[in-house]
Amino acid sequence: MKHYEVTFVVDPVLSGDEIKATEKAYEDMLKNEGCAIVHVDEMGLRQLAYPINKRSSGIFYCIEFTSESGDMIGKMELTMKRDERLMRFLTIALDRHGVKYNADKRAGLIGKVKKKTKGKAQEETAAEAKASEAKAAAEAKATEAAKAAAAAAAEEVVTNTETAE
Amino acid sequence: MASKDDIKFLSNPTIGKQSKKYCRFKKFGIRHIDYKDSDFLLQFINEQGKILPRRITGNSLKYQKKVAVAVKRARHLAILPFVTDLLK
Repeated sequence: MKHYEVTFVVDPVLSGDEIKATEKAYEDMLKNEGCAIVHVDEMGLRQLAYPINKRSSGIFYCIEFTSESGDMIGKMELTMKRDERLMRFLTIALDRHGVKYNADKRAGLIGKVKKKTKGKAQEETAAEAKASEAKAAAEAKATEAAKAAAAAAAEEVVTNTETAE
Repeated sequence: MASKDDIKFLSNPTIGKQSKKYCRFKKFGIRHIDYKDSDFLLQFINEQGKILPRRITGNSLKYQKKVAVAVKRARHLAILPFVTDLLK
């Protein structure tokens, strides 16, 4: 039993139903060949790094599946090559680390770590922003108080000078 | 008596001292490199989209090979560009 992963890019000009039908067709094809689908990852519409067939974006799908023998992969790739709805495809065999990575990714462990760090950073920045705001407010108050004090002092001075005169 | 803090250097002794490079895959236990994760792979390519050498990234040979394969797969799927300018 080997794990495989096929990623393909669907033409974005197609309607939503057609795109889903394309994905479904390959899923069904794999099932008919006796493969077990582990997970279908809809990566959605993404910008391409370079134009393909005069398209600047594409809809990415990634299907992870297991197969006893990889005999049907050649057949699948041939149909993919002939399929005009697809712009690119890539099939790879996953080793045990790849399988674990995908499982972790699905469980949210890998995304989470990054998000956590980002979230932490955001929280920190938010906290810092709050702190700085509070500081600024305190400073503003302090400056106001100082100003008031200064004004009072000035007034006092004025009064003093007046009295002296 | 001059204390240790009073000793002054003509030049900053920390300048030019490089911290030793390390393989981040070995250090953090990353076993699999995902070719779909473009943000991660961006760390291993330069502004023109070329793969950075081991000399610069500090990767071990094993993982540098895996990084190269992942970048090439990403290029095929248009996740990363083949040639570009001002990528970063």
